[in-house]
Amino acid sequence: MKTDLTDTTASKINKELVRGRRAIGTPAVGMVLTLVIVTDEENAYDALKAASDASREHPSRTLVVIKRVSRSPRDRTQSRLDAEVRVGADAGTGETVVLRLHGEVVDHAQSVVLPLLLPDAPVVVWWPVNAPLDPANDPLGALAQRRVTDTYACEQPVKELAARADAYTPGDTDLSWTRITPWRSMLAAALDQVACEVQGVEVEGEEFNPSCELLAMWLADRLDVPVRRSHSAGPGLTAVRMDTDCGPIVLDRADGSLATLSIQGQPKRAVALKRRDTAELIAEELRRLDPDDTYASALRYGVERLKSDGSGSPAKGEREAVPAPVEAAAKAPADRATAQAPVNEAAAK
Amino acid sequence: MGFARREWANEDFAQEVHDAVKEHARTPFREEVWQQLIQGMRFVQGTFDDDESFERLRGTIEELDKAQGTGGNFAFYLSVPPRSFPVVIQQLKKHGLADQTGGSWRRAVIEKPFGHDLKSAEELNAIVHEVFAPDQVFRIDHYLGKETVQNILALRFANTMFEPIWNRSFVDHVQITMAEDIGIGGRAGYYDGIGAARDVIQNHLLQLMALTAMEEPASFDADALAAEKTKVLGAVRLPKDLGRDTVRGQYAAGWQGGAKAVGYLEEEGIDPSSKTDTYAAIRLGIDNRRWAGVPFYLRTGKRLGRRVTEIAVVFQRAPHSPFDTTATEELGSNAIVIRVQPDEGVTVRFGSKVPGTSMEIRDVSMDFAYGESFTESSPEAYERLILDVLLGDSNLFPRTEEVELSWKILDPIEEYWDTNGRPAQYPAGTWGPVEADEMLERDGRSWRRP
Repeated sequence: MKTDLTDTTASKINKELVRGRRAIGTPAVGMVLTLVIVTDEENAYDALKAASDASREHPSRTLVVIKRVSRSPRDRTQSRLDAEVRVGADAGTGETVVLRLHGEVVDHAQSVVLPLLLPDAPVVVWWPVNAPLDPANDPLGALAQRRVTDTYACEQPVKELAARADAYTPGDTDLSWTRITPWRSMLAAALDQVACEVQGVEVEGEEFNPSCELLAMWLADRLDVPVRRSHSAGPGLTAVRMDTDCGPIVLDRADGSLATLSIQGQPKRAVALKRRDTAELIAEELRRLDPDDTYASALRYGVERLKSDGSGSPAKGEREAVPAPVEAAAKAPADRATAQAPVNEAAAK
Repeated sequence: MGFARREWANEDFAQEVHDAVKEHARTPFREEVWQQLIQGMRFVQGTFDDDESFERLRGTIEELDKAQGTGGNFAFYLSVPPRSFPVVIQQLKKHGLADQTGGSWRRAVIEKPFGHDLKSAEELNAIVHEVFAPDQVFRIDHYLGKETVQNILALRFANTMFEPIWNRSFVDHVQITMAEDIGIGGRAGYYDGIGAARDVIQNHLLQLMALTAMEEPASFDADALAAEKTKVLGAVRLPKDLGRDTVRGQYAAGWQGGAKAVGYLEEEGIDPSSKTDTYAAIRLGIDNRRWAGVPFYLRTGKRLGRRVTEIAVVFQRAPHSPFDTTATEELGSNAIVIRVQPDEGVTVRFGSKVPGTSMEIRDVSMDFAYGESFTESSPEAYERLILDVLLGDSNLFPRTEEVELSWKILDPIEEYWDTNGRPAQYPAGTWGPVEADEMLERDGRSWRRP
């Protein structure tokens, strides 16, 4: 069931939601969270489609906030709110309201969203594009327990990562981080199998893909070893090579779907590491609603402390938010990493 | 029958009623019913201090009584400003309209405000009771006519699963909220100087609290109910430090639900230096065996996030958790929420394991909604209450003692506010001033988002 409301208010939308729900006879409270998607018209369709797929795992009320661009000064002073209320089969499993904001109300989107939040239930805000630099202090972000950004979609992903680290508030997360969950679990499982000590790591992937940096920072943060970030043609992440005292462990994925895991002294194994679509990522992100401490720790390691093979220059400037022990640890193994560089280059394609 | 100053003929009055019925009746408009109703519709033009007008009123009533065969039974619905009360009541008495004779009845319906403090309420009661006996007076508090409010009694006393935990051993605290998304609209003259606490807490919220907290009445008749409500209102204890445990606010300019809203002080007809509260939050205790130590947080306000009234009974956390803290990080407190309006119903919140290989517990809700379990439309609150007046059933009407006890609770708070500070400002469209959040934070709790 789909209803269009033109020049409306949040209270009319609320009434329509109750009416629609009664008309189709489904109760509201199976819904476990409110997902707020803040986007522009261009990305709204894809984002909503992803959210609607994700709602099969997490029944939710989805509020899509579309900020319309006003072309003339007259449009900017006039304020209008249009809504499309979808319940039942048109809205995945849950309810969807597409809110189109025109004119002045664009700057006051939180006033529209606040009355439409489900009682008590957690709120997640997701910016598929154009995420604010400080999500927790964004008026919409402030309503939420979790704030999902996507550095993959921005102009300068690596720079943006540094900004995210500066503004990090518990509850922040990034889809670039979610993308590497299978990699992380595979690498962790691989290391669990062997009793070797990792001495250096190389993460290889396409340029301008912040997932590579995040994976590198995670490894550097957890293993306390120097990590090199090198570039390849993609797609996405292509390989992680770990040098251990009992030989290399390599996870290599050249085609974006099937990877090979090779551990010294063990047969090579094929591992499914498919690049996942946004719906799966969002569904995974919604599984846990408490702050992601591992992400925070990896992010705060600092992009500029990663070693680079030269084609992409590292961000400049000293970072101050870095905890002291890690800083000390990073200095010591630096020479070792350079010593291993030739080995790594040879392994690269 | 209508009585007012405006120059209307019977037909004008009937037309006004006709239009209102056609637009707002919850059942379809039926011409034959309307024809029956219109037979008894009259309008008497007059003023409150004019004897002649009341003579005409009496004449018309007597004439109608004969024509319609109402057997001398009349109910007077006094929708008049408080200052006109004495004169109207006296006029009714003077012209013999209030005298019950030979088996017939006379009843008076009074709307809020029932005074603006204890003293004025006592005066008002004295004036009314001089002419009408206590059992002839019906004070309309339309909240009590709502299905969900009556359902509080059904929920508590017709079931076994709620009452055993309905006490200090299990309940952590209770939050009673009545939020409106509108401003004062055109009611500046009435509202300024009265404020949210007098307008809502004194009657609606304290009544809801009484129904939530009272002991089981011996029976469901008016006397037994009133006795229990009176007992619990009498046991209410005010916070020691009124500055710490009460908060009042005024809405400032902002955006509400996507529309621009002006601040209270900029509303038309409001004194820019007004100290009237449009938001009030107070913490009360109830000194009895059942509730000692359990705070009741009452809040109300205009221009809040959305229009909602609910009672949330929030339970204590489990005394021991065998799960680690990561598993229960997202788990809140169990709660029973009675949604009074809109979307009337009851929600029960508790933790449940999230499907998957790891142990993770998250809040889920179980819901009962009137609109889904009973698709028949329930009577409007006023519909129910007016019927009760005609039947003489005073179950759902607060009595003199309850009104006076409520003022006894609120008066010290109002006095404190009068002499201390100014209302906190909150942007329109939010859930009230930050001071209110801080008030609960000090107690280690937080307001629910209704």
